[in-house]
Amino acid sequence: MAVIKTENLSYVYGEGTPFRKVAVDNVNIEIDEGELVGVIGHTGSGKSTLIQHLNGLLKPSSGKIFIDGEELWLDKSRLRPIRFKVGLVFQYPEYQLFEETCYKDIAFGPKNMGLSDAEIDRRVKETARLVGLSADILDKSPFELSGGQKRRVAIAGVMAMEPKVLILDEPTSGLDPKGREQILGLIREYHQEKKNTVMLVSHSMEDVAKNCSKILVMNSAKVFCYDTPVNVFHRSRELEQMGLSVPQITRVFNRLKAMGYDFGEDVYTVDFGRKLLLQVLSGEKKLKE
Amino acid sequence: MLKDITIGQYFPGNSPVHRMDPRVKLVLTMAFIVMLFMSSSFYGLLVGIVYTFMAFAASRIPFKMMFKSLKPIIPIIIFTAILNILFVRTGDVLWQLGFIRITQQGIHTAVFMVVRIVCLIVGTSLLTYTSSPIELTDAIERLLSPLKKLKVPVHELAMMMTIALRFIPTLIEETDKIMSAQKARGADMETGSIIKRARALIPILIPLFVSSFRRAEELALAMECRCYHGGEGRTRMKQMKTSAVDYVSIVITAAFIGAVVVINILV
Repeated sequence: MAVIKTENLSYVYGEGTPFRKVAVDNVNIEIDEGELVGVIGHTGSGKSTLIQHLNGLLKPSSGKIFIDGEELWLDKSRLRPIRFKVGLVFQYPEYQLFEETCYKDIAFGPKNMGLSDAEIDRRVKETARLVGLSADILDKSPFELSGGQKRRVAIAGVMAMEPKVLILDEPTSGLDPKGREQILGLIREYHQEKKNTVMLVSHSMEDVAKNCSKILVMNSAKVFCYDTPVNVFHRSRELEQMGLSVPQITRVFNRLKAMGYDFGEDVYTVDFGRKLLLQVLSGEKKLKE
Repeated sequence: MLKDITIGQYFPGNSPVHRMDPRVKLVLTMAFIVMLFMSSSFYGLLVGIVYTFMAFAASRIPFKMMFKSLKPIIPIIIFTAILNILFVRTGDVLWQLGFIRITQQGIHTAVFMVVRIVCLIVGTSLLTYTSSPIELTDAIERLLSPLKKLKVPVHELAMMMTIALRFIPTLIEETDKIMSAQKARGADMETGSIIKRARALIPILIPLFVSSFRRAEELALAMECRCYHGGEGRTRMKQMKTSAVDYVSIVITAAFIGAVVVINILV
């Protein structure tokens, strides 16, 4: 069953003023449980606005949203419980840290859910382990940590709520390559361990291609496509026309194809490209004529 | 919610009012306030109303912005009206119940004060609608520059104002973002007792303070990197010049003030 479903979802900023802008235009998506969805699109393509709808922070101008089969905004008192089902990690989440210790900050979400102290303690420790924070860091003030550590604390704060769907808005922005790989690694691990649905908003095609099982492409407030990476990158020409890059390795193989070396398959990760290349070079596989 | 605040919102444009020297605009606004408070009769006030409408029309700002600027002070207007109606006890009694006595004089004063406040707000908001905050602080700095001789740090004060104004929208945006983030973590700011709600503000205020300090530090560093060292010897890209528009508006304003004085004497 689809854990997230939207029906003709639209959102307009500043209705009735000269600054009126359609941010999300008639979006219909269905996201199945257990997927790791990559959301890509230009700045201003409506990605952030869309994900803020999914846990009821923004009210759609028109259309419906269903979380786990339950319609949002039907009953306002149900909004909070539904919000606990969809965990949202904002861009630069480290700026929302406020508690005296990391432990207390991670416990903020679970505490708001009204869980018992024992359960809160279990969750904080478990997520701290999951995001790779050692026990001594938990007693430190979040303001003493490095940028990458702060971000992991902030992400842990949302993960500790154990939402059915975890949405992360550009969790790797502003980090160095090593920090990025760490964050993406922990998201992968979280997904494998919990088998929950994860949505990952990103600018980097490489990151999305490598990690996600489905890709949602947004273009000027509309959904361009929602499909598997193979099918999405198969339309690399259209993506490039929209000004979105395709992974570098896909470009290399597209160019090879144009030069007459058709490997017969779409390549979007370096590992797969290497395997394919080695197979062809060792004669296991033939180039397409 | 926070985005609805319009006080001090600047509408870029190229109307005569926009082209005026901000110094002249500032002085004329003060003259306008004096004019409003000088007029002691309805005819005098009418002159003020006409002046307000004329200025608004000349600025080509949509008239509905006039009402938008009034929205936040509606409670003050109502409060003033009620106070005047209840506490002015002279004049013909229109209605009496116990110690409450509504007199003709009371209603007269109430209407007078309301009209005065409305004109005051609409007229002064025109100043901020048609001049950017930077223009305004520059104008204030220039107008106050004689005080430099008395060792008043005029430039520093103006710079502080500029920075404060510049960061209001940024901070509003930031507050919105932090509020959303904490709401997503289940923070509940809408229900509960006052104490509970005040406590619920902590997760918003602390990150806001931290980021304000960080911003201040970054800005100071950036300014220093560009060799900022106070106002001494600093030149300006945009020189303020008075032109024909300014002289015309000074003459018009003087004429209106003259009219109010004459009306005051005659009526």
